[in-house]
Amino acid sequence: MLVRLVLRVWLLIPLCAWTSWAHNASAADGETSDTASATELDELLLKVPVASRDERLELLREMIAIPDARVDSILEYLSSGALYIDRRDERLVQAVREGSGYQVRSLFSEDTDASVQQRKRREVRRWTVNNQQRRELRRLRAQTLLLDPRPAIRGGAIEFLLDVGDTESITALRQLAETEPQRGLRKQIRVALALNDLRVGSAPEVTAALARMRGESSQIARAAFRVASEREELPDALRAQASAQLAHAQTRVRWMQRIEAVFFGLSLGSVLLLASIGLAITFGVMGVINMAHGELIMLGAYTSWVLQQIFPSDLGVALVLAIPAAFLVSAIVGLLIERVVIRRLYGRPLETLLATFGISLILQQTVRSVFSPLNRSVATPSWLQGAWEIAPGLTLTYNRLAIVVFSLLVFAGLLLLLKHTRFGLQVRAVSQNREMASALGIASSRVDALTFALGAGIAGVAGVALSQLTNVGPNLGQAYIIDSFLVVVFGGVGNLWGTLSAAFTLGLGSKILEPMVGAVLAKIILLLALIVFLQRRPEGLFSIQGRRS
Amino acid sequence: MSSVEKGRPFAFVKALLLRLEDDRWHRFTVLSLLFLTAVVPVCALVMPASSPLAMSSFTVSLLGKYLCFALLALALDLLWGYVGLLSLGHGAFFALGGYAIGMHLMREIGSRGVYGDPLLPDFMVFLNWDALPWYWWGFDNFVFSAAMALLIPALLALLFGWLAFRSRVSGVYFSIMSQALTFALMLAFFRNEFGFGGNNGLTDFRDVLGFDLRAGGTRVALFCLTTVSLLAAYVICRRLTSTRLGSVLKAIRDEEERTRFLGYDTAQFKLLIFVFSAALAGLAGALYVPQVGIINPGEFHPVNSIEIAIWVAVGGRGTLYGPIWGAVLIALMESILTARLPEVWLFALGALFLCVTLLAPRGMVGLGRKVEA
Repeated sequence: MLVRLVLRVWLLIPLCAWTSWAHNASAADGETSDTASATELDELLLKVPVASRDERLELLREMIAIPDARVDSILEYLSSGALYIDRRDERLVQAVREGSGYQVRSLFSEDTDASVQQRKRREVRRWTVNNQQRRELRRLRAQTLLLDPRPAIRGGAIEFLLDVGDTESITALRQLAETEPQRGLRKQIRVALALNDLRVGSAPEVTAALARMRGESSQIARAAFRVASEREELPDALRAQASAQLAHAQTRVRWMQRIEAVFFGLSLGSVLLLASIGLAITFGVMGVINMAHGELIMLGAYTSWVLQQIFPSDLGVALVLAIPAAFLVSAIVGLLIERVVIRRLYGRPLETLLATFGISLILQQTVRSVFSPLNRSVATPSWLQGAWEIAPGLTLTYNRLAIVVFSLLVFAGLLLLLKHTRFGLQVRAVSQNREMASALGIASSRVDALTFALGAGIAGVAGVALSQLTNVGPNLGQAYIIDSFLVVVFGGVGNLWGTLSAAFTLGLGSKILEPMVGAVLAKIILLLALIVFLQRRPEGLFSIQGRRS
Repeated sequence: MSSVEKGRPFAFVKALLLRLEDDRWHRFTVLSLLFLTAVVPVCALVMPASSPLAMSSFTVSLLGKYLCFALLALALDLLWGYVGLLSLGHGAFFALGGYAIGMHLMREIGSRGVYGDPLLPDFMVFLNWDALPWYWWGFDNFVFSAAMALLIPALLALLFGWLAFRSRVSGVYFSIMSQALTFALMLAFFRNEFGFGGNNGLTDFRDVLGFDLRAGGTRVALFCLTTVSLLAAYVICRRLTSTRLGSVLKAIRDEEERTRFLGYDTAQFKLLIFVFSAALAGLAGALYVPQVGIINPGEFHPVNSIEIAIWVAVGGRGTLYGPIWGAVLIALMESILTARLPEVWLFALGALFLCVTLLAPRGMVGLGRKVEA
C-alpha cells in the first residue's frame, strides 16, 4: 500500500516534466491540427463553464481524443492551477495572478493571437481537478498521442505510458509495437515492454524478455533484472538467469566506470601537465619560485576570452588565434616580471616567493578592475562540442580529448625545443653551471630572461586550454598554483619527463580515488600522501643526475 | 643582575623586560604593550561615553584582533627570522588553536542555540546527527580546550616537522609543503561531515567561563589577556634567542651544513622551534576567536599564511619586535583600505610585497635604523 503511494508521488515528477516537454515539442512542430478538430475543441470548451463537475470530466475525456496541441496546454494549465472561468463572458481562460488581479488569455482558436486582458480578482474562478483525475486524464491523453503523426510526440507518449505502467497503457503499447512505423521507436517500445514483462509478466513472457534484454546494462534494465530475480512466483531457473544477467550487467557497468575514471584521470592529468609545465621550466630549470604562475595562466585564459569578443561569429578562429596570442601576452608579462623583479632576487628564493606573490595579487586585482570580478564563460567552438560515444554508457567529450592531445603536443614541443635547439642547449648549460656557461660565451642573463618568458608563455597557452573547461575568472590561477608546484616537486625538479609522469599519476590517482571516497577527500588524501612521499624522497620521483648549484 | 634581583623586585621586572636598553625598538615595543594594557581598560570602562578618550567595545576587540595577528607574526618570525624556515602553513596552526577554543565556546552555548538542543551544537542538529562525535569530547572543559589549543598545533607541527627535518627538507620545499598542508586542512574543514561546522565554521558564541562575550568587561579582559600573552611571548622569544640556543639557531639559519658538522643535531633544534612557534600560533588563534566571534575554514586559506610572512617581512625579520609592528600596521591598513577603497587594497598589498623584498629587505625596523645611524 505504502509502496503504491510512494510510486504515485514519484509518478507526478516525470508527469510534469513530460507535459511541459510535450507542450514545447508541439509548439515547435507548429500547428498541424486541422480546422475540424479545432472547431470541435472550441465547442467543447464553450460547454465547460456551464457544466457540472462530473460533466466537465466527461468533456475533458472528449477533448483528450482531439489531435490539437491546445489540449496539451489545457492539461498543463489544469495541473498547474492556471485554468479559470472568466465571469464576464463565461468562457474558459488561462489566467496568471498579477498584483491584485489576473492576466487572462483566451484559449479559443479564433483568438490565438489575442492580447492579454486584465481581470479583477472577483471576475475569475479557478477550475481544478484532483490528482487522481489528473493522472487519469494524462494517461488517456498519452494514449491518444501514441497515434500522433509526429515521432517526437509519440516518443514522449511512450515514455510517459511506461512510467505509468498500468494494464491499459501496456496494452496500448503492445498494439503499437506492431504498427509503429519508425524503427527506433519500435525498438524503444519492445525494450520497454520487455522491461515491463520482467517486472510483472508471466514466466514465458519473462523468458522472452530476458532473451531480448541480453547484454543490456542500463540502469533501468538492471533494476528490472533485479526485480525479476526477486520474484518468488517465477521458476528458479528463470530467476537464476535473471540474476546472472544482472551480475553480467553490473560487471559491465563497473568496467565502464573504470574506463571512464581512467579517461577522466588522463584528462585531469593533462590539465595538471599544462598548468605545471611552464612552472617546470621556471622553477624546475631556473630554480625561480614564481607564485604568479597561476596568474600567467589566468592572463592566457582572458586572452582567449578577449579574442572571442573580437571574433564573436567565428569561435574556432578565435580559439586557434588565442594560442599564439596568449603565449605572447603571458611571455611579455613574464619577461617584465623577470627584468624588473626576479633579476634582483636571484639566490634569494624565499624573497622571490614573496615578491612574485605580490605580483600575483597585483595581476589579480588588475584583471578584476579591468574586466570584472565576475566569471566569464568562454564558448567552445562547434568542432569541440559533443562527445564520442564508444559504447552505450561510455562517452568521452571532445573538449577533454582535445586537451589530452594538446597537452602532449605542448610537452613534445617543449622537449624538442630544449633538447634539439641552440637555445635549449644554452638553457640547459646555464641551469647546470652558470659560471662555466658564461665563460663559454653564453649571455646567461639574456638566457635567463628568455627562459622565464618561455615558461610564462606556456602558462598562457595552458590558460587557453583551461578556458575550454572552466569559467574564466580572476581566481582561476589560484586554483592551480599549489597543484602545479606539487606536480613539479613530485616529478623531480628540473625534469620534464618527471613532470609528465607526476601530472598523470596525480590525475589518475585522484580520479580513481574519487568514486571510493569523494572528490574532496580524494584530494586531501593525495595531498597528504604527497607530503609524506616528498619527505621520504625530497628529490621527487626522478632525481637529477649530476650536480646542481 | 643578581644583586638587583634580591633587593628590588620592581627592578627585576624592569631588567627582565628592558634588558636590551640600547635597543630603542625593544623598549618602545615593551612600553607600548604595557601602556595599552593599562590604558585601554580605563578608556573602555571608566571614561564616560561622551569623553573623546572613550573607547567602544568594538574598538577594543579590533585592537585585540591586531595584537593576535602580532602574536602570530612573532611566532613566524621566531621560525623564519632565526631558523630560516619560512612556513607557509602558520595560518593552519592559528586556525587550529582557534577551532579548539571555538569548540569550547560552542559547548558553552548549551541549549540556547536556535534548535535548543541540550546536547548538540546547532550545525549538528541541522545535519541530523544524533550524537556528539568523539573528537568533541572534553571540549566542555575550558582547561582541556585551552590546552588543546596549544597542543594540537604543537602535535601537528611535531609530526610534520619530524617528517620534514629528518629527511632534510628545507628552504622552498618546506614552504611549499607547509602550504599544501594548510590547503589540505582547508579542504577538510570545508566539509560538513568533518564535524567542525563546514563552510560556516563555528559562530554565535555567547559566553566564556560564564561571562557574556558581548559585554564590555569581557572584551577588555580578553584584550588584556592578549597584550599580556603577547608581551610574555615576546619576552620569552627574546630571552630564548639571546641565549646560546639563539646562537645555535642563527648558525643553523646561516650555515646549516657547517653547524651540523660542528656536532649539533640541527633537525632537533629546528623541530623544537617549529613546535614552539606552532603552539604560539595556536595561542594567537585561541585569543583571536573569542574576540572576533567566528572561526571558519577560510582561516586555513594559503593566502592568509602568506600574508603572515609579509607582516614579518614588512616589520623586519629576525628582530621579533619588527613583526609585531608590521602585523599591527598592515592589519590597520587593511581595515581602513578594505572599508574605504576596496579595489586598492590588493594593489597596496602587492606593492608592499614588492617594495619590501626589493627595497627594504630588513623591513621598516631596518629602515629606521639606517636613518638613526
